[in-house]
Amino acid sequence: MLPGVCLALVMVGLTAYAVLGSADFGAGFWDLTAGGDRRGGRVRGMIQRSMAPVWEANHVWLIFVLVVVWTAFPVAFGSIFSTLAVPLFLAALGIIFRGAAFALRGQAATIREARTLGALFASASVLIPFCLGAAIGGIASGRVPVGNAAGDPWSSWLNPTSVLIGAIGVVTGAHLSAVFLAGDSRRAGLEDLVAAFRARALGSGVLAGVLALAGLLVVRSDARELFDGLTSGAGLACVLVSGAAGVGTLALVAAGRHEPARYVAALSVAAIVAGWAFAQSPHVLPPDLTLDEAAAPDATLAAVLAGLGVGALILVPSLVLLYRLVLRGVLDQRFEPLDQRFTPLDREERRP
Amino acid sequence: MAAGLVVAQALSDTLGGGSQPDLLEARQMQALSLAVHIPLVCFGIAFPAMFLFVEGLYLRTGDETFKRLATKWSKVALTLFAVGVVTGMILSFEFGLLWPDFMATFGNVFGIAFALEGISFFVEAIFIAIYVYGWQRLSPRAHFLTGVPVVISGFAGSFNVIAVNGWMNDPQGFDVVGGRVTDPRPWDALINDAMWHELIHMYLAGYIVTGFIVAGVYSVAWLRGRRDAYVRTALVVTLSFACLAAPVQIIVGDWAARSVTERQPVKLAAFEGLVETEKGAPFTIGGVFDEDEQRVRWGIEVPHLLSLLARHDLNAEITGLESVPPEDRPPVNVVRFAFQTMVAIGTFLAMLGAVFFVTWLRLRRLPHSRWFYRAVVAAGPLALVALIAGWITTEVGRQPWIVYEVMRTEQAVTAADGLEVGYAALVAVYLVLGSGVFWMLRRLARQG
Repeated sequence: MLPGVCLALVMVGLTAYAVLGSADFGAGFWDLTAGGDRRGGRVRGMIQRSMAPVWEANHVWLIFVLVVVWTAFPVAFGSIFSTLAVPLFLAALGIIFRGAAFALRGQAATIREARTLGALFASASVLIPFCLGAAIGGIASGRVPVGNAAGDPWSSWLNPTSVLIGAIGVVTGAHLSAVFLAGDSRRAGLEDLVAAFRARALGSGVLAGVLALAGLLVVRSDARELFDGLTSGAGLACVLVSGAAGVGTLALVAAGRHEPARYVAALSVAAIVAGWAFAQSPHVLPPDLTLDEAAAPDATLAAVLAGLGVGALILVPSLVLLYRLVLRGVLDQRFEPLDQRFTPLDREERRP
Repeated sequence: MAAGLVVAQALSDTLGGGSQPDLLEARQMQALSLAVHIPLVCFGIAFPAMFLFVEGLYLRTGDETFKRLATKWSKVALTLFAVGVVTGMILSFEFGLLWPDFMATFGNVFGIAFALEGISFFVEAIFIAIYVYGWQRLSPRAHFLTGVPVVISGFAGSFNVIAVNGWMNDPQGFDVVGGRVTDPRPWDALINDAMWHELIHMYLAGYIVTGFIVAGVYSVAWLRGRRDAYVRTALVVTLSFACLAAPVQIIVGDWAARSVTERQPVKLAAFEGLVETEKGAPFTIGGVFDEDEQRVRWGIEVPHLLSLLARHDLNAEITGLESVPPEDRPPVNVVRFAFQTMVAIGTFLAMLGAVFFVTWLRLRRLPHSRWFYRAVVAAGPLALVALIAGWITTEVGRQPWIVYEVMRTEQAVTAADGLEVGYAALVAVYLVLGSGVFWMLRRLARQG
């Protein structure tokens, strides 16, 4: 009972991160592909404006997942981090670059500084979801055995399932992000950007769907048990919900209904995360470590639940407040394209 | 346990690392990441209280200078918080990447502290964003109130992390049966005896480091001739915090040392390079500990002072390093040098604080001497050095244990290869990060 509740908490955290964190990564992807200074300036400006108030809180979800896993499932945590050290270390480096570059970019005073920081931010934004997705692929395809670095340091994350999930992670993030940014642009009354992000949302959404379908074939040949889990029972139900929500998102975006599209897109991601959990149930680390074997003693689990329960009394209203203020535009800053804002400061610097 | 092997390791390596080359690298990576993160923690602890204090002055007086200052500081705080989020994330990754067996064995004992820390971190992230981005649209009162959770969660966060460090020094709340941890009692582990002095010591350090660094920036402006209300206010506020905390820190430091004497006598012996257990032990200032001769050379010895400091009794007995076999002793020189550095700088900062306060109380103004402001400019970086030295003192002083007298650091380290590649990459990344943050702070400081 308690292990299941703790696992559910981990999955909630992962889902939140997969929706909010990936959307931030996706924003970095669009930043990377926005084109030259002049053409991409408006897109980049919108990304900066949308992400600034929320990205830190979004990334705390990852910390939340880590701390619950290492407290409630310590053996699994040790095994995952020692075997998957390479992709997780790469993700960690990417996280440093990305966060720092984003935070510092606001202070950039010349176009060259902004370009360097922007490129760092954007390329790290692609690296991180790929590495985290690949790590999940390693776990889901049963390549992380119990023990200190007991698995293969390379094939545990450079294998068909891992590469597939890494790629899906990148594309899904881009899709979510475009859906959210289209909504933010509409709220800001910038119709050219609404159109730009709508096109991106549709394109990336279709690509994500194609990848997911083709991916089932990859999983079928590479990780048969995972495939069986995803195509039967609760796993199948989740996959179907996810697919339907994906199609629904595309329809809503195409119809220009960006606010509901946010939530349906999030549902699509949440369903696939849940589907993964059901597919490899009852294992935490397939094929051997089950949930009950992985779980810490009840005293610890009860402490975690009590601590998080009390914490949630403070945290949930705070989060609600943040997202309400954000969605009402109370925290909105003036929209400034990221190409022109440097000129005045630059001139000021050169003044004697 | 292969005691012979362990002896060889301890002797062969000044940092107390080992024949497992990865162990030393792992420890250095962890130390590097902590050294990068901890200064940012100081700002997380202390800066919100400072800008909120200044905003409070604005609410009371309506003086725009206060508002400008609070806006500026909160913007800097947000940027530093953002960098702190990522460097903190690296730390939590490293727990697993470098010490998987530590986490696998004890995660269920101390993990609860990090779960609570995660919550407070979350709350901090939410409200600091609302605070910084809400200046225009929130009412002044509501805006002020959104800053309060930032201050509280900064304290709560450090409380929980330091609880874990206190637990590593004073492990409790579990049993060991046949080499495996059984019956974890997380709440007993969370509230352990070693954490209180560590917490207060670190909390004050946060105010000292932040206060002197920020005051240093405005001291430069002062030395260049800027004496307007903006600079004066910034100096008075930051110096008040730092200069109040610095002398108090000496009292807390004394408490910490006495607590270490009680709980970790070998660590205290390493602070001082005291080999034999003796009554009326001397305190040796400076010098180098000679590993071959097992004594401190070229130091200035003050008779009975160590007994007096550690036990408040001139003739009290102080346990020496010889009370445990060589493989259970920390590397004396590193610990001792770090300890003496911390104490020396701490004394200097306390004196600087006293100068400020005497001037302020008697004359109701800032000191006039240019030397005072030069000293404040130096005090910021020095406070940082003392902070890091303090952490080296307690962390290296705990070696060879990761969990004091329960688990050796070498039993916790990862079995994965290629740590040197990761280490090199990490150094490069931190160099880039450090120069980026420095560049940004300089730009913000220049904007006034």
